Amino acid sequence: MSSTWIDLSYIAVIVLFIFGLKGLTHPRSAVRGNMLGSLAMFLAVVVTLFASEQFDWTLIVIGIAIGTVAGCYLAYTIQMTAMPQLVALFNGFGGLASVLVAGAYLMIVVDDSPQASVLIATAVSGLIGAVTFTGSIIAFAKLQGLKFIKDIRFSGQKLLNLGLFLAGLFFAFLVFKQPEHAILYYWLMVAFSLGLGIFLVISIGGADMPVVIALLNSYSGLAAAATGFVLENNLLIVAGSLVGASGLILTQIMCVAMNRSLGSVLFGKLQPTGGDGPDADVVYANVKSTSADEVAMMLEVASRVVIVPGYGMAVAQAQHAVSDLSDYLTEHDVTVEFGIHPVAGRMPGHMNVLLAEADIPYEQLKEMDIINPTFEQTDVVIVVGANDVVNPDAQNDPNSPISGMPILEVHKARTVVVVKRSLSPGFAGVPNPLFAADNALMLFADGRDAVVDILSALREG
Amino acid sequence: MNLSQILILAKETQPTESMTDAAASGSTLILLITVFVLAVFIGFEIITKIPPMLHTPLMSGSNAISGITLVGALLTALAGEPFLVRIFGTLAIILATMNVVGGFLVTHRMLGMFKKKG
Repeated sequence: MSSTWIDLSYIAVIVLFIFGLKGLTHPRSAVRGNMLGSLAMFLAVVVTLFASEQFDWTLIVIGIAIGTVAGCYLAYTIQMTAMPQLVALFNGFGGLASVLVAGAYLMIVVDDSPQASVLIATAVSGLIGAVTFTGSIIAFAKLQGLKFIKDIRFSGQKLLNLGLFLAGLFFAFLVFKQPEHAILYYWLMVAFSLGLGIFLVISIGGADMPVVIALLNSYSGLAAAATGFVLENNLLIVAGSLVGASGLILTQIMCVAMNRSLGSVLFGKLQPTGGDGPDADVVYANVKSTSADEVAMMLEVASRVVIVPGYGMAVAQAQHAVSDLSDYLTEHDVTVEFGIHPVAGRMPGHMNVLLAEADIPYEQLKEMDIINPTFEQTDVVIVVGANDVVNPDAQNDPNSPISGMPILEVHKARTVVVVKRSLSPGFAGVPNPLFAADNALMLFADGRDAVVDILSALREG
Repeated sequence: MNLSQILILAKETQPTESMTDAAASGSTLILLITVFVLAVFIGFEIITKIPPMLHTPLMSGSNAISGITLVGALLTALAGEPFLVRIFGTLAIILATMNVVGGFLVTHRMLGMFKKKG
């Protein structure tokens, strides 16, 4: 196959990737879009293989076979609640692949006095790839709740990160400056970048995870694009930069939804504002608790109900129970909608996937800006496992650490039922005055049990 | 632009030709950067239109696309020499294939769950 034909096929692949992503703009066309994407990838692999006149099939076939089996296994056995850690894991694989490809290519060209641009691209590819790899593995371990990983913070951590970053840059510079020892410097650079990836992510946890996952997603794309510069391959550059752009946009959306800068997520710590902050005992002086029966009675006379899910719903695996409740209410002529905060869960869109898995039609899943004006006409809001994203202090108290964060304005509804195991604070570590509001009732229980109890009370009543 | 041709080009290039070669590769680099910048813009245009509801499938799907490194891995594994290159290439093929196959399949699985009413 001549190089013109190869380039033309790569252009076709690029076009298919773009149409594939365009398909994701609506649930109707999304399945087809994803198929276009996978078709494009298949085409890219076939063209690449047949472009080479003679090659050794064995290692390549073995490699693809192992990768396919492992990929299928992971894709079909993963639970929807565990999607964030799977995406993190795949990100990591992509990053490590970039490190290996750039390293291998360096070995091929190092004796032929490679161009400076190729050397720089190799170093960049290795650097981003290595940070993506260890960062993603740490993110995976944290999301999976592996015991040996805690939120590790120690003094001088920023200094260590800076040191690792500068050391990585220094050796990247040496790769370019002293090509005769490029291989040694490359792997030294990779080693420092691996360390940087670990220590960048190890102190980030909980509700900040969506930002980290989105950012690592972006990095994996940028690493692929950098590999494209190494190989002077347009296909890798375009595909990589599409993913890089996608990850950056998601990162931006997540940061806006938390009213935090990227820097404060990566390096900072959410600080309670000190002594003048509200005291939990004072805030929670007038908390009223309720029972499943009482909630059922309220739902019987309601005409509009909004359910607000949070990460707690995923932890309690309550999505199917919530779906049953939604079905029952819908059958009894109650309008049921779901209000979904952009950062609910541990990755962008996490709640939507869980609710879709539980057979809730996507028309019922509403974004924050759409649902917020409707709360005043809502009879009952049921909050399942969400906390900070419904905290009215974000709007009312300029001194609150979460001040300015956009929230779901559930406190404007006639009645708010908060399903929660205790009054413990959310990720931001601040008390939530919603729980003590006049129109709020606490239902202290496990998310799933509570919803099941409400439903059985409804059926008996 | 496939790797074997680049390699041949690199091997044929003698130091005496480096002036014209440098000029040629300079314009290649500019071309590549142009492609990169334009692709980022296309990415921004498309991705901002994707509703938050589909952000998780977007992440897993775009993740699969970033497995395009697989093409790079194949090219290095095909280059073949020295042996360590093939080992790295093969490892990269395994990792990138997992990324690609797993990413597209799990996205397919997720998207299949998004249903209309009724």
